[in-house]
Amino acid sequence: MAFLDIRNVTKSYGTVQVLHSVDIAVQEGEFLVLVGPSGCGKSTLLNMIAGLEGITGGEIAIKGRVVNGVHPSKRNIAMVFQSYALYPNMTVGQNMTFGLEMHGVPKPERDRALADVAKLLQIDHLLDRKPGQLSGGQRQRVAMGRALVRNPDVFLFDEPLSNLDAKLRVDMRTEIKKLHQKLKTTIVYVTHDQIEAMTLSTRIAVMNKGHVQQLGTPKEIYDTPASVYVATFMGSPAMNIIPARVEVHHGVLHARITDSEGRPQLLRLSQGNLAAGRDILLGIRPEAITDPEGADRTSRNIVSLRNRVTVTEPAGADTFVTMTLGGRDAIARMRADASVAAGQDFDFAVNMDKAVAFDPATETRIAP
Amino acid sequence: MAAQSHGVTQDTAVSTGRVTRALIYLLLLLFALFYLLPLYVMGINSVKPLAEITGGNMMALPEVWTLEPWRSAWSTAQIGVEPTGLKPYFLNSILMVAPAVAISTIVGALNGYVLTKWRFRGDTWVFGLMLFSCFIPFQIVLIPMAVVLGTLGLAGSVPGLILVHVVYGIGFTTLYFRNYYAAFPTELVRAAQIDGAGFFQIFWRILLPVSGPIAVVSVIWQFTNIWNDFLFGASFGGTSQPMTVALNNLVQSSTGVKEYNVHFAGAILAALPTLFVYIVAGRYFVRGLMAGSVKG
Ligand SMILES: Nc1ncnc2c1ncn2[C@@H]1O[C@H](COP(=O)(O)OP(=O)(O)O)[C@@H](O)[C@H]1O
Ligand SMILES: [Mg+2]
Repeated sequence: MAFLDIRNVTKSYGTVQVLHSVDIAVQEGEFLVLVGPSGCGKSTLLNMIAGLEGITGGEIAIKGRVVNGVHPSKRNIAMVFQSYALYPNMTVGQNMTFGLEMHGVPKPERDRALADVAKLLQIDHLLDRKPGQLSGGQRQRVAMGRALVRNPDVFLFDEPLSNLDAKLRVDMRTEIKKLHQKLKTTIVYVTHDQIEAMTLSTRIAVMNKGHVQQLGTPKEIYDTPASVYVATFMGSPAMNIIPARVEVHHGVLHARITDSEGRPQLLRLSQGNLAAGRDILLGIRPEAITDPEGADRTSRNIVSLRNRVTVTEPAGADTFVTMTLGGRDAIARMRADASVAAGQDFDFAVNMDKAVAFDPATETRIAP
Repeated sequence: MAAQSHGVTQDTAVSTGRVTRALIYLLLLLFALFYLLPLYVMGINSVKPLAEITGGNMMALPEVWTLEPWRSAWSTAQIGVEPTGLKPYFLNSILMVAPAVAISTIVGALNGYVLTKWRFRGDTWVFGLMLFSCFIPFQIVLIPMAVVLGTLGLAGSVPGLILVHVVYGIGFTTLYFRNYYAAFPTELVRAAQIDGAGFFQIFWRILLPVSGPIAVVSVIWQFTNIWNDFLFGASFGGTSQPMTVALNNLVQSSTGVKEYNVHFAGAILAALPTLFVYIVAGRYFVRGLMAGSVKG
């Protein structure tokens, strides 16, 4: 039995169903990230785990105890809100120990817990200030401190970093990861930012329109996305989706696509389980299309592809190159000093080991 | 002109600014004096012997200064048939106003809290109806209210008046607090729920401490309305009439000479508490108590 069990959970507001039978089992110490676009039901699911929203159907169990209908304060969970939700009239110290006070923990014990957590998060010097006197990053720490002090079974985070500026967000991300590695607590974390999801999680649930599209480790999600939706949502720039047809040449499966000029090109497929003659959507990540010098040496199937360059975008560490493949824009990720110019032909190296194939009708993955 | 000879346009701007400002201040001063004129007339005539007023000199300072009219208005003047002065009625008003303001403000705050943070099916209808009560004129509720007070056995008593004013005021106080709490982040309430705080603990520990500004608005509004009310006081006051009704009886008394100096003193006495509330409560009308609760 899992530590946190979400079994066949649904949620409706009136006649509108916003969550469709969600099944997720979270093991103790896992860092589960719920990721998806705005409005897909991430917060709703998190609030249902917290007990802030009622459960329309199914069951949620924490440590083997079904918590449907159990008051939020009796679930031994703690939550960090997007807005931090610090009580404006209380000092940082009072904010952090309010939950313990409400749970009847004696003062000396509260003070000890407060001192420990304040030290851990390096906010000891802020304890007597009001939230209004703190910077965004400090408020963020206090909000996490308030959750930590309770020593809960499960931590729930609802987009905790989205109110910070870009630099601070990256720092706090690392900090949260460090904290998780140190405390080994079970965390459910909501974000719409796929990079946060990839970097923080031990497992990711990609959601869309109230459905869990795929549940898996970051590597599984990235390398073998279950659908075109997951493939294009995770990763930046998004995975290139190229209409192609499977053909056999010299006894080997190839994907036949068209290049910028509309000429046919053949890419040898690494996956053998595709029927010849069928149409597929070929998914190739930008970093799998490179200049030959930047190609992955460990790959067993690098295919050369000559194609016209539409736009180049130097981004410092890499240069992104846009071209047309299968009548759609496709992006390649080159080394920064690759000599490539717009309007000219270039010999790209395509790592077909990393390619995935989707069914054009259902948009689900069919290979590998 | 000096400014032109220097060719610096900013000089001109500054000097016209100064002239304009002087004009504005002068105008404001005139308006202020004009508005203060009635208070001045009341003030000086309340410290004059009656003879000086009937002599026709309303605007002049007193030749003989006296506090006798104040003493008379407070404790000896004829109110109706009894020579009690305004003192007992002043006390009636205080006994009525203090609980009525406190109760209607607290109930309004609780209503606002429930209507925004503990929403239920049909809550907008409830709020709509309460809002509607703000537009009902006093006169319409007189007869139903008389029936209710009679049934409850509260007719002609201070508790009866308190009930009337609380019922009539709740619509307004609910409106104030609901609108104020609507802007209060619901995430704070959710955080407090997870922290284990109950319905009243959340209200008491989280919402009330930041309700200062709106509580002041509610208190000023309710105090002014209830203290200055005449109609309910005259209709339901019975033997516990408030200050306004007594003042009317003092001024309108048909027997004997009209003691204008006493009337002026009485009128000022009747106005002092509201003035006091504005001065004291206005100082607590501080904004920005919410700063820092959410992102910033
Ligand atoms: N109280 C509510 N009443 C009706 N619909 C709601 C309510 N709360 C959320 N929703 C709907 O549920 C969906 C999921 O919302 P939410 O979980 O907040 O999305 P996310 O956090 O993924 O952005 C949205 O379409 C939203 O409009
Ligand atoms: Mg959300």
